[in-house]
Amino acid sequence: METKREVEISVKNLSVGFISHGNKMHVIRDITMDIYKGETFAIVGESGSGKSVFTKTFTGMLEENGFISSGEILFQGQDLAKFKTNKEWLPIRGKKIATIFQDPMTSLNPLFRIGRQIEEVLRLHRGMNKKEAKAEAIELLRRVKIPNPEKRVHDFPFMYSGGMRQRVVIAIALACKPDVLICDEPTTALDVTVQSQILSLIRDLQKEEHFTTIFITHDLGVVAGIADRVAVMYGGQIIEYGTVEDIYYHPAHPYTWALLSSLPQLAEDGSDLTYIHGNPPSFIGEIDGDAFAPRNKYAMKIDFIKEAPMFKISDSHYAKTWLLDPRAPKVKPPRIIQNLSNKIAATIVKDPINTQNEETKAGDSHD
Amino acid sequence: MIKVKRTPEKEEQLRKEKQYRTEKKFEFEPLEKNTDKKILVSCRDVKIGFYNHNLFTPIVKKLNLDIYEGEVLGLVGESGSGKTTIGRAIMRMIPIQGGVITYKGDRISGRLKQNEKRELKKKVQMIFQDPSACLNDRSNVDYIVSEGLRAFHLYDSEEDRLEKVSTAIKEVGLRTEHLSRYPHEFSGGQRQRIGIARAVIMNPELIIADEPISALDVSIRAQVLNLIRKFQIEKKMTVLFIAHDLSVVHYISDRIAVIYHGNIVEIAPSNRLFEKPLHPYTKALLTAIPIPDPKMEREKEIVTYDESVHDYSIEKPEFVEIEKGHFVLGSPSEIKKYKKILKEDKKM
Repeated sequence: METKREVEISVKNLSVGFISHGNKMHVIRDITMDIYKGETFAIVGESGSGKSVFTKTFTGMLEENGFISSGEILFQGQDLAKFKTNKEWLPIRGKKIATIFQDPMTSLNPLFRIGRQIEEVLRLHRGMNKKEAKAEAIELLRRVKIPNPEKRVHDFPFMYSGGMRQRVVIAIALACKPDVLICDEPTTALDVTVQSQILSLIRDLQKEEHFTTIFITHDLGVVAGIADRVAVMYGGQIIEYGTVEDIYYHPAHPYTWALLSSLPQLAEDGSDLTYIHGNPPSFIGEIDGDAFAPRNKYAMKIDFIKEAPMFKISDSHYAKTWLLDPRAPKVKPPRIIQNLSNKIAATIVKDPINTQNEETKAGDSHD
Repeated sequence: MIKVKRTPEKEEQLRKEKQYRTEKKFEFEPLEKNTDKKILVSCRDVKIGFYNHNLFTPIVKKLNLDIYEGEVLGLVGESGSGKTTIGRAIMRMIPIQGGVITYKGDRISGRLKQNEKRELKKKVQMIFQDPSACLNDRSNVDYIVSEGLRAFHLYDSEEDRLEKVSTAIKEVGLRTEHLSRYPHEFSGGQRQRIGIARAVIMNPELIIADEPISALDVSIRAQVLNLIRKFQIEKKMTVLFIAHDLSVVHYISDRIAVIYHGNIVEIAPSNRLFEKPLHPYTKALLTAIPIPDPKMEREKEIVTYDESVHDYSIEKPEFVEIEKGHFVLGSPSEIKKYKKILKEDKKM
């Protein structure tokens, strides 16, 4: 079923390097990945795993010292990896592939009114005149659920709260009706209640507009709610990918196990939280074998010598670990993440729906 | 001249305010009834606000809170709810406009003598949210960590100081060769560890941890949490843990206080709060936590909190202990309703 779906972005053997202080660093190492049309594709990993760099290549926003060393990115019949000039990028960046960043204040100009910043995009990409653009800007603000948009359109970014600024950034991103929306940790700077609002907003908008979402985050809780498929990144490579159910219920790579077991919800009373020892690899020089091997409890000799190939677990689920080799010893995931759903079910509030009914009843009696 | 006649309540209030300002020692009844826990910090009728263009904006209106010795108290609320303000007020980083804060019975708010302030700074330490903003970029780790020791002359000789610094830095999982480095050479998690080392080296009685983990990654988050817990248990420190993420707070805290718009709406032992949240805002916060499980997360219903469910026009809300150690803010009729819920729960 997966194979029949239409591919939106197809990445083939992509490698990205950076030159820093005379050192060449391989930050993205040979990624091959298909992203399907209309799906929500989440990329999970620690900071420094290269997840942001990977998506920056889709819009040509690599830093000046970064370059694509090999591979191709196929998007609507074009190879984005070959693009060099801004002129080439113009019809793609912002128009077909839009990005939302972590900190909304860096995306907004503090000196211009909100309305003008949305209108700018509309006039540039959709060729609207001033009047049309203004009407459309108000309409967009209404769609991202900003209360009283006619008035708020004249406000400056500092007058908005963090959550509302992120809504404005979403409005700007959606102004051109993009085919792909890249969300680069859009909720990390926000608190929990606002986070859940922004997530449901993105989900609702996706239902209406049918765009493809690429969602970058390190929070596994967020991923569970929003993603259709998940890719786990480590050391510049995708080390495991599959549907959300695959990743959460049948994780195969030791790094995914480690990520899942460091969830605070899984801590038993009185015991320490599990965490991943050591640091992510530095990209200076070549990495021999599996990048995760030095931090891996289950590492075998071969992990230090040779990189594992992608092993197929099911039609949708792939993982890059030697543990899946038929010759490898059978290793079970750590005890803490077995029966994940039962354990997590024990930590959440028993029946939020019942209590909510209680609430509405009480509200009625007030009236 | 017209003399305004004061009501007895007003008189009482003014008398109290004056008492809060002038007296040095306070002996408050603990808020929780029949408890034998020792109180470290108590806040009574604390009012904090800021002047914004000469216009007073209250942030915290009337705060009553006890922090027990040796516990971890989680303070949870959304941004702008005043949780950081409370932490800072205890640290004396911002003045309070009314009420009193006491530390082991001594007043620590308002005017104090210089040596009293110094004593307090020695006992109370803070861990900040953004590890890159709270460390001095121009000084090395050795200096950053030992700054407190220098300020209070807590070492006999240079060797003694160095030994103290290296034990502290080893305790947080860094190495002694890191001492000569500068903050920018470290990753976010390591920087946060330096921040913790700096706080812990003073052997404080109270640590105020102001969102120490919200700027960190999942795995590093776990390391930092473990570290704070380790120190809390080993050195028997009291921790005021401020955060917006209830799942983290649940793991680390003994008790949790939920704060909304400057009012504490619910305090309960942490397991109890998760089992039986009573205040609608607490429920909304609990449902907002993303569940790391695809099926449950999708089926979850998000409860949004709307202030208009409360009708406080006739009845004023009060902060009531509804069961042992479990406080909730509500009008008398709401309290009645909450009690009914608890009773039904017991029957089951």
